[in-house]
This record gives sequence, structure tokens and C-alpha cells, in this order.
Amino acid sequence: MSSLTKLTVSPHIHSGRSTKGIMRDVLISLLPVTVAGVVIFGMRALLVVAVCLLCSVGFEALFNLITKKEQTVGDLSAAVTGLLLALNLPANIPLWQCAIGAMFAIIVVKCLFGGIGQNLVNPAVTARVFMLVAFSSMTVSAFPVDAVTGATPLAAETMPSLLTLLLGNYGGTIGETCTLALLIGGIYLLLRRVITWQLPVAFIGTVFVFSLLMENLDFLRALSLVLSGGVFIGAIFMATDYVTSPPTAWGKVLFGLGAGLITCLIRYFGNYSEGVSFAILFMNILTPYICQWTRHKVFVTGGNK
Amino acid sequence: MEPPQTVTIPMAMHIGKPAKPIVKVGDLVKVGTKIGEADGHVSANVYSSVSGKVIKLAEHLLHNDTTTTAVVIESDGAMDVAEHLAPPVVNNRQDFIAAIKESGIVGLGGAGFPTHVKLDVDPERIDYLIINSAECEPYITSDTVTMMTRSADMAYALQTFARCLGVDKVIIGIENNKKEAIAAMKTMAASIAECSVEVKVLPSIYPQGGEKVLVYHTTGRKIEANQLPIHVGCVVINCTTVAAIGAYLKTGMPLVEKCVTVDGGAVKHPQNVIAPIGTSLDALFACCGGLVEQPAKLIYGGPMMGVTVPNADAPVIKNTNAALALTSKEAKLPKMTACIRCGACTNTCPFGLAPAAIAGAYDKKATEMLRSLSVETCMECGCCSFVCPANRPLVQTNKLAKQFLKEEKKKEESDT
Repeated sequence: MSSLTKLTVSPHIHSGRSTKGIMRDVLISLLPVTVAGVVIFGMRALLVVAVCLLCSVGFEALFNLITKKEQTVGDLSAAVTGLLLALNLPANIPLWQCAIGAMFAIIVVKCLFGGIGQNLVNPAVTARVFMLVAFSSMTVSAFPVDAVTGATPLAAETMPSLLTLLLGNYGGTIGETCTLALLIGGIYLLLRRVITWQLPVAFIGTVFVFSLLMENLDFLRALSLVLSGGVFIGAIFMATDYVTSPPTAWGKVLFGLGAGLITCLIRYFGNYSEGVSFAILFMNILTPYICQWTRHKVFVTGGNK
Repeated sequence: MEPPQTVTIPMAMHIGKPAKPIVKVGDLVKVGTKIGEADGHVSANVYSSVSGKVIKLAEHLLHNDTTTTAVVIESDGAMDVAEHLAPPVVNNRQDFIAAIKESGIVGLGGAGFPTHVKLDVDPERIDYLIINSAECEPYITSDTVTMMTRSADMAYALQTFARCLGVDKVIIGIENNKKEAIAAMKTMAASIAECSVEVKVLPSIYPQGGEKVLVYHTTGRKIEANQLPIHVGCVVINCTTVAAIGAYLKTGMPLVEKCVTVDGGAVKHPQNVIAPIGTSLDALFACCGGLVEQPAKLIYGGPMMGVTVPNADAPVIKNTNAALALTSKEAKLPKMTACIRCGACTNTCPFGLAPAAIAGAYDKKATEMLRSLSVETCMECGCCSFVCPANRPLVQTNKLAKQFLKEEKKKEESDT
């Protein structure tokens, strides 16, 4: 008898896509905006990125070690959370606050709910909202090196020019200002098929249409409002998080519409000048319901005969 | 290939009851000698594929983990054909079905369902005869080769279908990456006057050859879960089955050989081999220059839906369309990690099912939930598991869930 071989159930091959590969792509897609953030806001921004990254990965490793769970930092999802958190913080934030934010994102939002795939809300978004509420340093904005000083433009009377909004040399968080870099990253994710267009387009489109209506059809002003205040980083990178957004095309459209709407409601009628994070958080919570409403239509039913 | 020294021919190479062996040790047989008699309606005759002597009637472990009797024949190397073989006289539907039953032909695309049973329906119900030429699984090209080389047999069979079953519309569904086979089929279609034969070129997307997928893409008709193509007026037959029917009608030679794609990284010279049924995989690989390394997995069929066999003693059976010897590198699957709810499974499912949700419902044994998720629709193509970045056993869980629902249904029925 010839030697025995392995018996398994089909399929016997795999596409090769992995969680780690997807997370690596997200990290690559965030590279342009990270570089832009450091150029615009200086080396202090790099420090914030480094602290958030290290703390996020470190806390996850530590949690797994203490709770004797399988080590998961290798899947790079903690690194993605850390980087996204950093990009949503102003460059002048105290570093200890970064560490606490990272701990909140990883331990409270992610690990305590069961780790990757189990969290109900996006860790980076939730940590940012937590920090907005907890730390006063979050509400005043960054100290831009050679840009407009002061609060984010949404709170300001006059808006920066469109070119400034594209290039990002104005006040804001590290990763939200340079729309050009965010777009490059978004296109990379689309080409790598990590994300699809529905959610970002619905999100950004809704904010644009709502702003247009509120600003008496002032096209330029509506465009400026879309290009600022974290709409792009939120729509492309935060809202598209697999775990906390719906999988189907229509689900994504619904999520984007809702998030865009809530963003504008907060911007125009709320106490905070910025509403993207709150909007995403709120839609995260609605996601299980959106999933149920927007399941694919099954090719044929009638399995109960 | 050279006649193998011995062949091991199991009595169960089809869905249904195994055939009853009608030879005993020491009997002399020739190519085409009946060695197993169909046992009942859903069963199939079995014929010797070589000339020689029966040396053993042995218990044989099949790849589906059941055992059956296998007739082991020592070949005399002559490949003498049985003298009594003659083309069957086929004048009407009854003759035709009886002839196919006699021929031992079963679904050669992989399912192995006895063809005479499939065709034994009221001819009025048949709107379309669909020839499954999609051959969508990676690696496999045996159907393609059959279409390129045996279109005359296919044409003869189709003419008989038209004459005896009144089939007037035939659609050949074929993937667009098989240019030469498409050309051969188009030439054949033009040569048939008895019925309309349309060659429908389809995109090369797995699982194009899934029966329900093919019927939908050729006719636009949808088959419900637990229903057959005939419920929507279609009969689907694999192209190699059609060629085998044609050959039998012309010559009277029953199904004794099979074109098999021998491939995989461990095979030295991958190629298609026409092998006598019962040839061991070892002999098949030897005919292809042997193995360059110890294979990690041996597969009957394609890598997406094929079944693994424990060793290379396993014989080629009627519905073997490929024998793959995968290297450890090819067979390596990534480690399973946590579901990240990316939705790749539901977005890739040809039927729009939600495998991740099904897996969750199965874990909780939530019967109603599983039913509402239509898991019974699943055709087990394996796309969900293939794309899953966490390499979750999704299609595997679907299979378990389907089985679970069947048992639940049985329980419910016995309760009432």
C-alpha cells in the first residue's frame, strides 16, 4: 500500500487573502496622510503617532498575555487602531492622554468584548469620542506650524481656500486635514478591493447635499464643509471598518446616508462643532439592524418544503 | 495509456444501490463483459475495463467512507473486446432509456447519478436539454478534451435525444476560456438538423457549472432548493456523459474508460489520460512520468469540491474527472483566525447566502434561524471558504447545517 495522505473536506485551496494582509493594506493606505500630517504639524505629530501605535499594540499584547489568550497583535489590527487614533488627535495633545486613549480603544472597546471581530463599535472612533468628552486638550485644535492658528475651520468664521483644504495646511487633527493624501489612500484601498465605494460616497455625498441645502446652495462653501472636519478620513477609513459596518452594498449605502445625516445634524444643531466621530459611533450601534434589513436577496428560497 | 496490470472496479460508482457482482474468482472477462448487475432502478451496470481474470472480490473502502464489493481483475494485457457487443436497437423512448440503463452510464461530471433515471421523465416536461460543458473547477480539462475530440459521439447522442425523447432545444453551456472546444461545439451544432442546438458562451467564473447556476445562466429559470432542473423544464447532462451515450449507441461499448485530468504540482507531466475504469491512481501517475514529490493530498475531482482519497491505491471510477496530487505547498491552508465580519462570504456567494450568519446560527443550533437563512439552498461550491480572510470553515459548516436541518425535519415528522 502506498503511503497515506491527508484527508480533508473541500475546498482544498484558498485565495490567500488574510486578515493580516488586509490590515497591512490599510496601514499602507494611511501612509500618505501620516507623512502629510508630520509635514504639516511637525515632529510632534510623529511622536503622537508613535505613542498611539506602540500603546495600542502593547496593550493588546499585554491583555492577551494576562488573560492567557492567543496572541493576536500579529494580525496588525491593533496597529491600524493605533494609527487611526493618532490621526484623529491634534498634534499638541499630551502624550499621557494618547496612552489613555489607546488603552480605552484596545482594552475597553476591543479586548473586553472578545477581541478582533467582536467589538460593537469602532475602537479608534470610540476612543476619540471618549477623549473629546474627557480631555479639554481635544477641543482646542493643533498648533499648525505654518497654517491658520486656532480651532478647526468649522468653528471659524471664514473658511480656508479650497487648495488649502486639499493640501491640509490648516488647523485640525493630524490626519484629517490633507484631503489629497486621504484620497490617495482611499483609491489604494479601492484598487486593493479592501473597501468598496458605496459607503464613502454615500457618506460624503450626504454631507455635501445637506450642506448645500443649509448654505443656500452656495456650492463652494458646501464643498469646503465637506473637505474639512474629518469627513474624508471618517468616511474612507473609519466608517468602512469591516467589524462595525454592514457587509452588503445596500447596507453600506444606508450606513453612509445615516452617518452623513447625523454629521450634519450635529454640525448645524449640536454643541460640538464636529460630528463625524459621533455619527460613525451612532451608526456602529445601528449596524446589526442595518445588517438584518439589508441581507442579500437569496437566489431562491423555499428550503422549508 | 498502457493497460494496467490490475484494475479494481467497485460495484458502487454511482448514486443509488451498488450493483450486484455477477462474476466469481477465476472467471475470464473481456473489455465490455458485464461484471455487476444493476440492483433496482436507481443503480447502474458495471463492466470490465480490461481483458483478463478475476482474481479477487474484495471489500473496498470508498472515498465517501462506505464500503462496497470491488472486483479485482488481473489484466492479460491484450485488451480483447467482448464478442457479443453490438449497437443497441433504439427506435423509441423506451428503447433509448433501456439502452442507457444497459450501458452503465452515470453522470460523469462528478455526481455519478444514473443517467437513465434522470432521463426517465415525461418527455413533455423537457423544454431544454442543457449540456453542461462549463467545466469550471480549476485544474480540470477532461471535459474540454472530450468536446474537442469526441464531438461526433456527442452529435450522434443529441440526434438520438431529438428522435427518441422529442428534445427540440439543446443549449450547450460552455465557459469562454475554452476556445477550441467552443469551435468544436459550434461546428457540431451546425451539423445537427434534428433539433436546435445553441452554444452559449458563458464567463469563466466558478461555479458556472453548478447545475442551478448553469440553468439560470442559460435559460433564466430558477430552481428552488430541494428541487431538480426538471421542475423548471430542464434536463442537465454533462458533455462527457453525452459523448459516452453516443459511443454506446454507435458501438455497443459500455462505459469502461474515462478521460481523467492528472494534475497537481506533484505530477511530473500533467496531462489528460484515457484510463480504464479501475486503474489505480499509482498507475495513472506512473503514466504521467510519476510523482516528483510525495503529495500532501490526493484529490478526486477539482480543488474546490473534490474529495480527498487516503492513498494512491484508489481506483479511477466512472465519475472521476480528475486526479490531483497536490504538493504540501499547494495544499497548505492558512490558519483559522477570528471572523472580522468583512462580508466577503456573503458578497461572493453565488446564491446570496450569508455563510457567517449561518455559522453563528448553527453554533446555537437555531433551527428556525437556519431555515430563514435558506441554508438548504447552498450548493457547497466552497467560494465562501475560499475567500474568507480568516479561513473559517464556512462551506463546511453549511454542510453540517444542512444535515442538521434534515435530521430536525425527520424528528418533526416523526413527532406528528
